[in-house]
Order: sequence, then C-alpha cells, then structure tokens
Amino acid sequence: MKDVFIIADNIFSPLGSTTKENFDALLHDISAVKEHHNAFADEPYYAALFNNDFSLPASPEKNYTKFEKLIIASVDEALKQSGINVKDDKTLLIISTTKGNISLLESEVYDEQLQKKIALHTSAKLITAHFGFINQPLIISNACISGSLAIITGMRVIQSGKYDNVVVTGADIITKFILSGFKSFQALSNGLCKPFDADRNGINLGEAAATVVLSSNRKNADGIKVISGAVSNDANHISGPSRTGNELYQCIAAAMDDARLSKENIDFISAHGTATIYNDEMEAKAIALAGLTSQPVNSLKAFYGHTLGAAGLVESVISIESLQQNTILPTKGFEVHGVSQPINVCKQIIHKQINTCIKTASGFGGCNAAIIFSK
Amino acid sequence: MKEPLHIISNCVIADESVIKNGEVLYSDKNVGLSSFLVQLYKFLHIDYPKFYKMDNLSKLGWLASEVLLKDENIVKHYNPEEIGLLLTNANSSLEADVKYFQTIEMASPALFVYTLPNILNGEICIRNNFKGENACFIFETFNAAFIKEYVDDLFANNKLKLCICGWADVIGETYKAALFLIGKDVAASSIDFTEENMDKIFEGLNAQL
Repeated sequence: MKDVFIIADNIFSPLGSTTKENFDALLHDISAVKEHHNAFADEPYYAALFNNDFSLPASPEKNYTKFEKLIIASVDEALKQSGINVKDDKTLLIISTTKGNISLLESEVYDEQLQKKIALHTSAKLITAHFGFINQPLIISNACISGSLAIITGMRVIQSGKYDNVVVTGADIITKFILSGFKSFQALSNGLCKPFDADRNGINLGEAAATVVLSSNRKNADGIKVISGAVSNDANHISGPSRTGNELYQCIAAAMDDARLSKENIDFISAHGTATIYNDEMEAKAIALAGLTSQPVNSLKAFYGHTLGAAGLVESVISIESLQQNTILPTKGFEVHGVSQPINVCKQIIHKQINTCIKTASGFGGCNAAIIFSK
Repeated sequence: MKEPLHIISNCVIADESVIKNGEVLYSDKNVGLSSFLVQLYKFLHIDYPKFYKMDNLSKLGWLASEVLLKDENIVKHYNPEEIGLLLTNANSSLEADVKYFQTIEMASPALFVYTLPNILNGEICIRNNFKGENACFIFETFNAAFIKEYVDDLFANNKLKLCICGWADVIGETYKAALFLIGKDVAASSIDFTEENMDKIFEGLNAQL
C-alpha cells in the first residue's frame, strides 16, 4: 500500500487563520472559549465563536454562506502551501461537516430554494467551482466524527491508488439551532469545560474550519504520515456513548493492528474529551482496554470548544504539529482526575522526541473513529 | 484471485411500495409518508416500540433494513465488528432539522438527536448489534460507482465481511430507500455486486441474474 503524507494543513479558528497561529496560541495557554450574551440563548453561555466581522479572502462577488466561506478560507491557505494541482484528475476534495448551512433556517424563509441552498451538495459544488477541482467532491456528514472519517477516507483512496492528492476539509458553525439542542440535552458546561476532570459538567461549543492535504508524494523530509484509521459503532444508544468503551477500543485496536504497532510505539493520544460525564468516562475505558494508560492523553476542547464535525480535523492538525515540534500539549481545564481508569491526562506541556500518536473521536449515533499519525 | 462480492438481497421502498429482490412485498397507495411507514411497520409484525420515536428518515431506512435482513440467517455467521454500513442521501437530515427548528423555543432532545443523518446508521446498528465500519455520505443523486468502490475497499482490506449499503432520503413527501446486503455469500436471490445492478435496482428494474 502507498504511504500517505500530510503535505499541508490549516486551522482557521477564532485563535488564528494558520496552523502556526493556532499552535502558538495553544502553547501560550490561550483559549477561544469565552462567555457570550446574544440572541442564540436566554442565558449567557460559554463557546468559541468567530467575531461577526471576521474577514475572509474569498472572492467578494460570490454570495457564499458563512460555512462555505470558512471552508474556502481554510482550503485556500492549505492549497497555497501544498503546491498541488487541483485540476489534476488524481486530486480529490472531501468536505466534512455535522450541520453545514443549517443556521440558514434561522435567517431565511424555508422553501424549495432554501432547501437547495442548505443542501451540502450545493455547498460542495460552489467550493469545487471556486477552486477549480475537476473531480466530484465527497461529502461526509457523520456527526462528530465527520472530520476524522474524512481523513480516514482520504487516506484510503490514496492507499488504493485511486487518487494521488486529497484535500480533506471540514467546518461547523454555532448558532441557536445547535446551541439549543445541546442545551436541551443539558450537555452545556456553565463555565470553561473541564475534560476528564472530577468536576466536569459538560461541553463548550466552538466554530472552526480545518484542512489537511494528503498526498502519495512526500514533500518534506520530515513529513508526517497518516498510517491507519478505523471506524466502529457502539450499537448501544443513539445519543449516549457505550458504557464499556469496548467499541472505541475496537477502533483503536484495529488502527494499531493495521499499522502493526504495539502500545509501546504510541507516544500520545489526542482524545475527543468533550468534558461530558459519559463521553470522557467511555474514552478512559477504551484507552485502558487498549493498554495505553501510561501514554499522555490530551483533549483540546477547552481551547476550541467542541467544533463538531471539524473537531477531528482541528485536533488532527494540532497533533500533526505536535509530532513535528516534539511537543505534547496539555489538557486545559483539567485539574483533578475524574474518570474511573488511571489514564495519564496531560496537564502541562511535554517536550520530548515523539513519533506516533492516536487521534480518537466519537459522536451521536454511536460512531467512533481512531486515526494514527506517524513520522 | 479474490472472491467476488454479491448483492445477497436488496430492498427498495418508493412510490408507496416495498420491493424485495424484485418482488412487490407491500403497497399502500395515497396514505402519505408518515402513515405509510407506520402501516408498513404493522404489516411486518415487528415488535420494536423504539420505532415510534424515530423521525421519518430513520423509520424509512430502518424498515428497509428490516425487510432486507428478514430471513437472512447469514447475519448470524459473522461477528458484530465484521458487519458494517455505508448509507448515502441527498438531503441529510433536513426533514428532521425543520421539525426540530419549528419547536426550538421548547427544544426537545428527542427531536434534536434526529438532526443527524447518521442516526439511521445507529438505529440499524442498535437493532442488529452491528459494530463494524459505518459511514454516512451525501450525494446529490444516487452514486452506485462510489458505493461499489468504497465497499470493495472495505472488503479488500478485511474491514468487513457483510455490509448494508445504499440510499435513504426523505424531504417532505418525497422519499426513497434502496438498500443492498453485500457479502461473499451466495443465496437464491444473489446477483453480482456491480454498479449496473445497483442502478437497475435503484430505478426499480430487475437486475440481470
């Protein structure tokens, strides 16, 4: 099978418009999560949102939606680094999102025209045309593992030889629709979220876009590879995670098997770590089942909030940067160990030689994903 | 030479009719989608009260999976993690999104949870204890070529030994489900797993045996 290299990446978030700006903010313990008072909710809430006046390099003559603008901004910056030819017939675009344009329901009249405008294949066509990709893009909407599943899919279509280059992107935005839904589940934290902490009481939501460009051609000598990935379903509950963690473990084990890696080869884990009681407990069990209790585990949710479908991409890009800089980031918000398993939640920056990490994600519908990145 | 894959069985629900392996199993005209789905559930004599909590997309796709798997004993021959799903559609969960949005001032978690297209995957997995690879992709129209490639790849890399794939889409009263059970096993109803056969079944034509 062909190797799959990450030849460019981008995070476009409230913390910055490049991977470097984002990673530097995290190194300086800066969070995008802030208290907000606006029409999306009766009460103040904590979330990581763009300012309304965020500026984008997208061509101004087009009336793109906010979701489309975010994707375009992130892809644009990543493409400039990558040097790939989007018009090549061996280049593919994959777009991932949980809710895409759904906020348009709040501002426009619902009719057939709006149905079409909200449809993700409409956004995909506009984005494809904007950049000039010639292949029909793939669109993934698989709850909170969307971005992770998009990376896994991109890896697979390069490994199979069908494509040489895949631009994997994703974004989600937060408005009343999503905020009210998570609130109805009583899943929102009343302050900065606290992943894996004894006092954790829910999530912060966040907005972001992120992109990775995957290629069968190594660009730099220190190129990071995506070496394996797997997906599973809990087959347990549509909105609650597995009580055993067995199915996320199944994913982690499958990814490690595919990569022929044992637990000693794993240097750190970038967890989903949403800071809900049940998610973090489930993940801790899965990590323990995989025998990875001594490896540092981090969650970036107190930096970015839960960016839904973009989370797998945002956190993968940070993990890739961590590998490049030999720097494992801490779990902001974590103070007191609060899960049943003795996992090693990372509290402070660790500088050391690292080669391999696992990124995990889980979402509604019982879905789980694990990806392994390596030097 | 790798073993060829088959469409072991197939089910199409469209135009107020249910077709399994080319034969009309059930038809109920002019009742509207919601009633049609409930009547079909009753016709199938299934006892699964969770059905009534589902949105129309999940009801439609879930019923198609029930028809697809009825009398298919091969499901029992595989481990849960060897059985997976690849579902596609055009309108994501927009039907449920609009219903949720209409009641947003008294937001209900029971409605909000269906505002994701992959909840259908979850419902089918829960019902059948399927734990393998599963994914939900969006296409403007049914894309048999993509489904064929994606499923072939999952089998070639030993990720799955049985897979339900296909299409389930609902927007208002417009709906269609077409599901295919894919594996190496051969049954009386098996046909070759090809793009052409999936397209013919999707369009309601009998595929060449």
